[in-house]
Amino acid sequence: MNGAQALIESLRREGVERIFGYAGATICPAVDALREVPEIAYTLVRTEQNAGHMASGYARVSGKTGVCMVTSGPGATNLITGIATAYLDSIPMVAITGQVPSYLLGRDIFQEVDITGAVAPFSKHSYLVKDASQIPRVVREAFHIASTGRPGPVLIDIPIDIQEGRLEEFHWPEEVNIRGYKPSVRGNDLQIKRVAEAIAKARQPLICAGGGVWLAGAREELVELAETARIPVVKTMMGIGLMPTNHPLNMGMVGAHGNHCANQALAKSDLLIMVGTRAADRAITAPDEIQRRMATIHIDVDPAEIGKNMQAAVPLVGNVKVILRQLLEGGVPVTDSAAWREKLRDYRAAELSRQFPRREGYVFPGTVMRKLGGKLEDNAVVCVDVGQNQIFTCKYLPQKHGRLLTSGGLGTMGYALPAAIGVKAAQPERQTLVVCGDGSFQMAMNELAAVACAGMDLKILLFRNNTLGLVHQIQSRAPYHGPFGVALDGSPDFGKIAGAYGIPSLTVNDEDQLDGAISRFLEEPGPCLMICDVHPDVSTTD
Amino acid sequence: MKQTISVLVENQAGVLNRITGLFSRRAFNIDSLAVGVTDDPAISRITIIVDSGNSVVEQVEKQLNKLIEVIKVRTIPEDKMIGRELVLLKVNATNKTRQDIMTICDIMGAKVTDISPTSMTLELSDTPDRIDTFEAMLRPFSILEVARTGMIALQKGGGKI
Repeated sequence: MNGAQALIESLRREGVERIFGYAGATICPAVDALREVPEIAYTLVRTEQNAGHMASGYARVSGKTGVCMVTSGPGATNLITGIATAYLDSIPMVAITGQVPSYLLGRDIFQEVDITGAVAPFSKHSYLVKDASQIPRVVREAFHIASTGRPGPVLIDIPIDIQEGRLEEFHWPEEVNIRGYKPSVRGNDLQIKRVAEAIAKARQPLICAGGGVWLAGAREELVELAETARIPVVKTMMGIGLMPTNHPLNMGMVGAHGNHCANQALAKSDLLIMVGTRAADRAITAPDEIQRRMATIHIDVDPAEIGKNMQAAVPLVGNVKVILRQLLEGGVPVTDSAAWREKLRDYRAAELSRQFPRREGYVFPGTVMRKLGGKLEDNAVVCVDVGQNQIFTCKYLPQKHGRLLTSGGLGTMGYALPAAIGVKAAQPERQTLVVCGDGSFQMAMNELAAVACAGMDLKILLFRNNTLGLVHQIQSRAPYHGPFGVALDGSPDFGKIAGAYGIPSLTVNDEDQLDGAISRFLEEPGPCLMICDVHPDVSTTD
Repeated sequence: MKQTISVLVENQAGVLNRITGLFSRRAFNIDSLAVGVTDDPAISRITIIVDSGNSVVEQVEKQLNKLIEVIKVRTIPEDKMIGRELVLLKVNATNKTRQDIMTICDIMGAKVTDISPTSMTLELSDTPDRIDTFEAMLRPFSILEVARTGMIALQKGGGKI
């Protein structure tokens, strides 16, 4: 057995069923070894960054660790954005890179870069393997680190001579024991008691739920806590979908681009319970003020998040699912919050009945989202890109019991299409939709090949305003002097692009025809592109 | 306020890189950093001096703890710490000044490690403060070169981190 075969065998033992990758000279032994293992499917991407995003989408719906594998040098550097995107959203991922022969490391030979050094600031951990016999242990540790505690991407860099090197024996460690890595699981019992006491005293309590709740698989526990204690819930962008839009306790998305009602709730609450969120700047825009004005509880698996952006009165470190179970089992008090909930319901109703502007010859993205939401299946997955399309979708797409996947932390344009391909690879039967702008679509449209190749039933909704909308919006206000360098002149006919891949398309520029168009779009048996014309001056605050 | 953080890490290639990278990425300032292997050859001790408030030091500790190769992190309070730094200092010395320099060495407890017709190289192990004083006392003689190790520290008494 050589190192490459040991690598693939290790991946098989970790339960890996799919690798997203791009071959090159230094990863050839590993790709060759894959040939003999039919249990692991392989998706060829069109640029390495998207291998990272596909692995991310795959991981987020399957709950498994996503795997991508690329070659050294430019393959590895192209993957960097995929790794950073996963890191900022805490996505469990193992990235494997080929490397030049170990005896030539440091000589700047063809396609050599120090990738472990390059990803250090935005990966959970990395390995440069220097001995083939270590491969099983390294793979075992990498998956353990990527998927436990606060999940994140782990990189394994394997020089080609190590992949080709012989193993005396394949030793698979049954247990992983890393003395410097012991993530907390259970919450401290005393702190749990303090949380219950704080809840009992609150009159205007609010839960702010983030992506950590999804990562811990704790949606049910969160809803149970909110319902038992009668606490309204706002979500960060990463937490969208944790509670259906029509749930009486749901108050929408908080933050700079969030729902007005959610921000009103945040400003007026007397107890803020943050669950699986790092209180990042886009969600919690004024942490100092919140700290001053209300009691705070912070529940997170990563102790470093507590006190990083905001100092919580009651910190509680551990797995969110386990902690919420502990809380529920210990008995959660029912808060005396009827008046508060009544007030919030009015805010919410005002938000939901909000009238959107209409323009002849265009559709308004918020209107599209409201209409689309009613037609999606109960557990649909919507992958949304970055820009105005992201904000409109996060603010206005009604959520049921599906998922909304986006690059919340890094804000990587071009994330949605490859992420959706990853979703489809994990769950081919699940209704999956991409929402993107004409800017972000052009960053990833080369991946239509993977859609076409697999005949994936993937629906792509494209907002076309022929500009980088969110930047256009920012530039339209002081201190800037108007849109510049954002017009997407020279963009192709997107319908023809889709057509070239054998994917049908339709275009809508009339709101009266939206309902019918969305139905046709969703009922199309295979992949389909729907282009919605949006006026370039549309703002997310309209 | 200067605070001393003692970190036990796996003695592996690339660990120091991760630690220093973390400090620059999180915008933490380091006053000094000293590394050496411990009694267990698989473990190194890194002593870091940070000049920051308590909340920053707490965040430094937490971020260090997140590194997989970091085994233990402890901030050692000043009153419970023995801290030493080593300095090698080369100073201009002539027949006229040699005796004066020797007097300073005697007072401070420094040793002469090398001598030439025009220079002396001195060695002192002491707290960073006293080394600063030593350096200041020698400055009038014209210092040629200085090498300081950065402080290493252990806690007082029988306990260990």
